[in-house]
Parts: sequence; C-alpha cells; structure tokens
Amino acid sequence: MKSRSCLELHFRAVAESFYFVKYYCFQFSRKLECAFRTGRSLRDKHISPLIPGMRNGHHRHSSTTPADDPSQFPGAKAPFVSDLKLILESEYDAIPIYRVMDSDGYIADKTQDPNLSKEVVQKMFNDMVLLNTMDKMLYESQRQGRISFYMTNFGEEASHIGSAAALEMRDLIFGQYREVGVLVWRGFRIDQFIDQCYGNCDDLGRGKQMPVHYGSKELNFVTISSPLSTQMPQAAGAAYAMKLRPNNDACVVCYFGEGAASEGDAHAAFNFAATLECPVIMFCRNNGFAISTPSYEQYKGDGIAARAHGYGMATIRVDGTDVFAVYNAMKLAREYVLRENKPVVFEAMAYRVGHHSTSDDSTAYRSADETEVWNSKEHPLSKLKSYMVRKGWFNENDEKEFVKEVRKKVLKQNNISEKKLKPNWKEMFEGVYYEIPPHLMEQMKELELHIKNHADQYPTKSFEA
Amino acid sequence: MRKSLWTLINTLKPRTTVQWSRNHFTYYPDKSPQEVRSNVNGTEKMNMVQAINNAMDLVLAQDKTALLFGEDVGFGGVFRCSVNLRDKYGKDRVFNTPLCEQGIAGFAIGVASVGSTAIAEIQFADYIFPAFDQIVNEAAKYRYRSGGMFDCGSLTFRVPCGAVGHGALYHSQSPEAYFAHTPGLKVVVPRGPVKAKGLLLACIRDPNPCIVFEPKTLYRAAVEEVPTGDYISELGKADVLRKGKDVTLIAWGTQVHVLLEVAEIAKKEFKIDCEVIDLVSILPWDRDTVFNSAKKTGRVIISHEAPLTQGFGAELAASIQEKCFLHLEAPVKRICGWDTPFPHVFEPFYLPDKYRCLTAIKDIVNY
Repeated sequence: MKSRSCLELHFRAVAESFYFVKYYCFQFSRKLECAFRTGRSLRDKHISPLIPGMRNGHHRHSSTTPADDPSQFPGAKAPFVSDLKLILESEYDAIPIYRVMDSDGYIADKTQDPNLSKEVVQKMFNDMVLLNTMDKMLYESQRQGRISFYMTNFGEEASHIGSAAALEMRDLIFGQYREVGVLVWRGFRIDQFIDQCYGNCDDLGRGKQMPVHYGSKELNFVTISSPLSTQMPQAAGAAYAMKLRPNNDACVVCYFGEGAASEGDAHAAFNFAATLECPVIMFCRNNGFAISTPSYEQYKGDGIAARAHGYGMATIRVDGTDVFAVYNAMKLAREYVLRENKPVVFEAMAYRVGHHSTSDDSTAYRSADETEVWNSKEHPLSKLKSYMVRKGWFNENDEKEFVKEVRKKVLKQNNISEKKLKPNWKEMFEGVYYEIPPHLMEQMKELELHIKNHADQYPTKSFEA
Repeated sequence: MRKSLWTLINTLKPRTTVQWSRNHFTYYPDKSPQEVRSNVNGTEKMNMVQAINNAMDLVLAQDKTALLFGEDVGFGGVFRCSVNLRDKYGKDRVFNTPLCEQGIAGFAIGVASVGSTAIAEIQFADYIFPAFDQIVNEAAKYRYRSGGMFDCGSLTFRVPCGAVGHGALYHSQSPEAYFAHTPGLKVVVPRGPVKAKGLLLACIRDPNPCIVFEPKTLYRAAVEEVPTGDYISELGKADVLRKGKDVTLIAWGTQVHVLLEVAEIAKKEFKIDCEVIDLVSILPWDRDTVFNSAKKTGRVIISHEAPLTQGFGAELAASIQEKCFLHLEAPVKRICGWDTPFPHVFEPFYLPDKYRCLTAIKDIVNY
C-alpha cells in the first residue's frame, strides 16, 4: 500500500510538472479574475484552463480577449484569443519515461521500489529466463525446419512479466503476438506452447492457426490473430460489456505494437474506449520497429502515449526494460481504470532485440552494434539480475541449473510434440459455425470419399483417425 | 413443354401496362406465414420499422446483457428503428458510438466475445466496407481459429440495404455477395415486417455472427399483421411464396415483391405458372428448396438488385446446373443490376424491374 501511494504521488508530481507547472498559477489567476467578473463558479468549465501540455501557454494567452465572453461552440470548450498563432508540434513537451531501476538495477528513489517479496521477484526472473530460453530454442527449431514459423520476444520480457504480474487472473487479455511472457506468467505450460507451434492433437487451437497464435480460455487470454490492431476495438467492447456486470472487478488489457497503432482500428479503439468509458488498458509495446520500419517512419508525434490526450484519456509512458517500472505503472493503471471506469494508454518503451520473425533478417535494416546495446546493458534480464545480485537473491548456479532444466524440457517437448498426431482432418470443417451446416457436411463427405480413393496421396497417417 | 403456350406467348402482347410510380415494386403482404400461424399471442399491424423495433424491445427486455449501438441509434436511429429504446433501457444499453464502422464492428465482436449480446447497426450497407476486415477476418473466424475456445456468436449486425428510388451510389447497395463468400457468417434478407422481426430474433439468438440486410425501401412501405409475441424465422430456410409448375423465380428482399407481381402478370397475361421463392438466407442458403423447385419446373430465373457479375445469383445458377442438370429445359437466367455503380438519375433503367423479369420469363419459356 505504501509503495502504491508513493507511486501515485510521484505520478502526480510528474503530471503536474509536465502539464501545469509553467502556467498553472497564471491560469488559476485568470480563472479567479474571470469568475469574479462573471460571477460564475470556479468549477464552470467555460473558464477552465486550456490546452494542458502546451509549453508556452501563458504567452499565448497574454493577449486574449476577456474570457467573460466564452465560446459557445458545442465541439470544444475553449476561450477566444485574438493573437493568430499556429500551435506547433514543437510546443508540446515529450511525455517522460517512468523508471524505477537504472541500467545497473539500482533503485535511486527508494519510494518507487515495489518491495516485492523474494518469491515474486524470483518468479519474475525465472519466467523471463524461461521465455528467453524457450524463444532461443524454438527459433532454432524453425531454422531446422521443424516448425513452420516463429517469433521471439527478446528485449521485451520485462514488459510482459511486469504487466502480467500487476494484473489479476480474471482480467481479460487481448494480445498482438509478442506477449508470450503474459502467458508464461499466467501458467501456460511449455508443452502447450510447443503443441500449438506444431498444431498437433493437443493444441488448444486444434492446429488451425500459425505458430505463436496462442490462446487460452482458462487463462483468460483471447486467441491471437494475425490481422494487426483488430483486437483493439474488440478489447474496448469487451471492457464495456464487463463494466456493466454487477460488481465488476476485472479490467481488460490490450497489447499492441507501435506499428499496429497506425492502423485505423487503433484510432477506433482509442476513441471508443474514451467516449464509451471502457475500463481497458491500451498497452503499447513501443520497440522501435515494425518489421523493418523504424518508428520515425511510423509517426511524427511523441510516440503513442501522447495520443491519449487527443482522445481525452489518461496516459503513462514507462521503461519497458524495467520490470518494476512496468509493474508499478500497471498496478496504478489497473486501479485507475477500475475505479474510474475509464481507459488508460500505457506505452512501454523497449527495443526489439530479435528479428521480427523467422521470415525476417533484421541486419538488412539495422546495425548489429545498435542491437548489441539492447542485448546487454539495456536488457531487461540483466537489469533484474543486477537488482537481485544486490539483494543477495541471485545464485549463479541456480540460474545455470534453471536454464539447463528449461533447455532440457523444451528439447524433450519438441520431440514429443513433433511426434504427436495432428487432429483428425475432419476438424477442418468444425468450428466454422457452432453447428456444421448441411453444405459443409456435404463437402466433408466429398473429401472423405476422395481421401478414401486416393489414400496414398494424403498424409493421413500423421492425423488422428 | 407446352407447344400451345409458345405460340400463345408469341402472339400476345401484355395488355396490362402499369403506371410508373415512386416505387418499382408493389408490396405483397404475407398472407398466412408460418410465423403468424404458429403464434398464439395475436397480431398487430406494423410496418417493418415497427416490427424491428418490437423485436429489439423484446430482446432488451429478456436479455439483460443485450446492448444496442451504432451511429445515431440513441435518439431512435435515422430510420427510427430504435425509437424509445434508450428511454426504456437506459443509455448504457442503447447508445451512440463514434462515427466509425470498423470501430462499431470491432466493439461488437468484443462485447460478444465475453458472452454479452451485441446488436450493432451499420447505418447503410454502403458503409459496411470499413468494417469488412473486422467482419470477415475477425467475426467470421473467431470460433474456428481458437479451436472453439472463443466466439462472438452473440453478435448481430443490422444493416439497411437496397434501392430506395434516389439513393445513388452510396445509399442503394446490396453487398450480400461480398459476405456470402465468407465461411462463418450467416447472412439473411427479410422481405417484410413478419420476416424482419422473426429473422432478427433468430439472428440475435443464433450462436453465430449474423448480418441482417434490411431493404430500407420496405421500412415504411411494407405493412402487415405481425405477431406481437416472441417467435423466430428459421435461418437457412427459403420460403415458397407462390406455387407454380412452369418457371421458378428466386429473389430476396424487395425483389421478391417484384417477382410476385411478375408471376401474377405472367399468369394473367400468358398463362405461365411461376413458382416464387424467397431465398431469405443468403448464407447458408436453402439448397433443398431451390433444387426441388428447379427440378419440378425445369426453368429458373434468379433476380437481384446487386450487379450481375459475381452476384449471389452466380452461386445459385452454378449450383442449380450442377445438381439439376438433367431437369433443366433452359439455361438458368439471371436478371440483375448492371455491372455499374448504382446510379442516381438512371435508377429506373438500372433496376431489374418487372418488365425485364417478364421478358426473361418469356425468353426462358420460349427457349
């Protein structure tokens, strides 16, 4: 509790310095003066300060007409000014990045230490290591042609684990595809991951989607789909429906990359979430790249967090390589969305250390030197490790043992999952609809007869009978 | 067939000339549909708007999770279909969304994904295309791709469609064929108030995402006795509205009424006995009813407002020739909108009106 309230204080301080400090007093005196002249209450929206976040707000307002003639336009609550001036993008301050640990895992401001128990920190670290190790091995499996496709999570482990740890299991997750750590934290097992990648008879998705398109009803993690950003307005809708339930105490978290945020659906989601007041955390993983496209070719503004203001939402930007920063901020965001029934934009800054996917060679568009910084000094695992070393919670041997154990598990599971049969091919026709309609039944029978007559042409032996 | 009939047709000119009117169709109320016969709660005269409003009223009263939303839905909708519902059920359950179709569709999928009932309105079918990705890639595939773990089956889209006399390019379209190509969706088109209410109730309760394309020209023009109580019209089921033995006429929505009139004229003027089928469900469609009729008459005409090429008539024609080949006396004929955008001042020349359909009947009988 202590840490939470401290954190809140910190955020308030950041927000105030960012939004108001430079001209807050001025605005307030204007309001007072205006209220005095018009006899209105200070709470009257017509005389509230304008354009928070404008750096030079007080200059702009120095030659305004008296605010006792407030504008009546329904589309915005704003006073008139008589000085003609473009509001330049350079006048907006960048939203600062909240961090708890520095690169060496050192916490400068002790009030920000979430003071998590050794067990929790250990689980955070182990889950990150597990994810990292599994990624390395499944990436190799793809290179060897054993699975058809893979996407790693290198460099973003902390934003997954930190955010997942701050949530409750009843909170519903909508993801993009690079949030595997959230599933790891929630208890998705190595065999479940690998079975999905092989699309075998134990895959919860029944072999229908590409690898890494995970989903789990049990873990409240909505099945991943390839089209980018489509999950975003869906998350808003789910949050809205959940909000209306009596005594709702669950929120929705929607993960997406900074590239996906350029899609129209992202705009739809932000605007719907804000206007319809949906308890959803819009979690942007800003890792600097959308495949080969660097973020400076993706947008011109101050990242994704800054967009929140335009939609009328709360926002926060954190160091996504700092598991404690993500954890603290998610705790706060969760509390806020459930208390206020309003959305939050959450931007976790990170760097996509790995290639985009197994179909991508990122050295074609960025230097190895650049990647190396993020792979070592600024890596989420090394930061948490340094923190643990300082606490005396880190044991080199334990870690080596753990990695060895995970490697063994993944290797073994790879062999098991590979050998498992795929689901019966008839399942191809199932789940299109709740029921199998007559025309699909007919097509299934047609295929059955065809396979029967050409059994040697089809890999039926690899499929359940 | 009927050698005597051929000569008759060739000599006769139609005596009935119908005056040009605002509507290109005459509404044929359902006389005694299954939905009315099986309902014991009595009926009330309603137009299609009232019937749809009545259906949504029933759902909102029964199903506490049901939400109704879209552009301008709150004040009653631009076609007045949701009138009074916000007052009755609160602004949390009946509400306006921002003006964004992909958002409406995505939001609806989200509502349905957690088990709540979503009735989403797209203001005009012409504006459903921004939501195409959400509907085709997401809604339709939700259950399939998750191995049945997640679905958005409690989702229904209400979409006003079709010609309205002066709607031009973007207030007239009939986009059912685009969606008919999408496994996982159910697509229906009502022909009047009884059907509109029954289909909407069926779609809302069906465990699959559904689209109801409502021919907007019927909203007020179509009035008939509608059961006041709860009932559903079966999805995937066509209605044979008029029995006949010479030619099968297939349509849906407003075009059903064009064909009903055409069948009447053909009977009166040429003694040709047409069977008229309202397909009702575009996806999945009622193969048995269509094939049985085609086998019986041996001649089939399909008519829809949407353009000819790749219209849903193509699917019907191809299936009929495959399944009824030995029974066909003439090639299956399609009388459709031309392969142009839907025009403004040329609408009377664009629509597959009764004269074009009548000519087709003569052609197919003379073949």
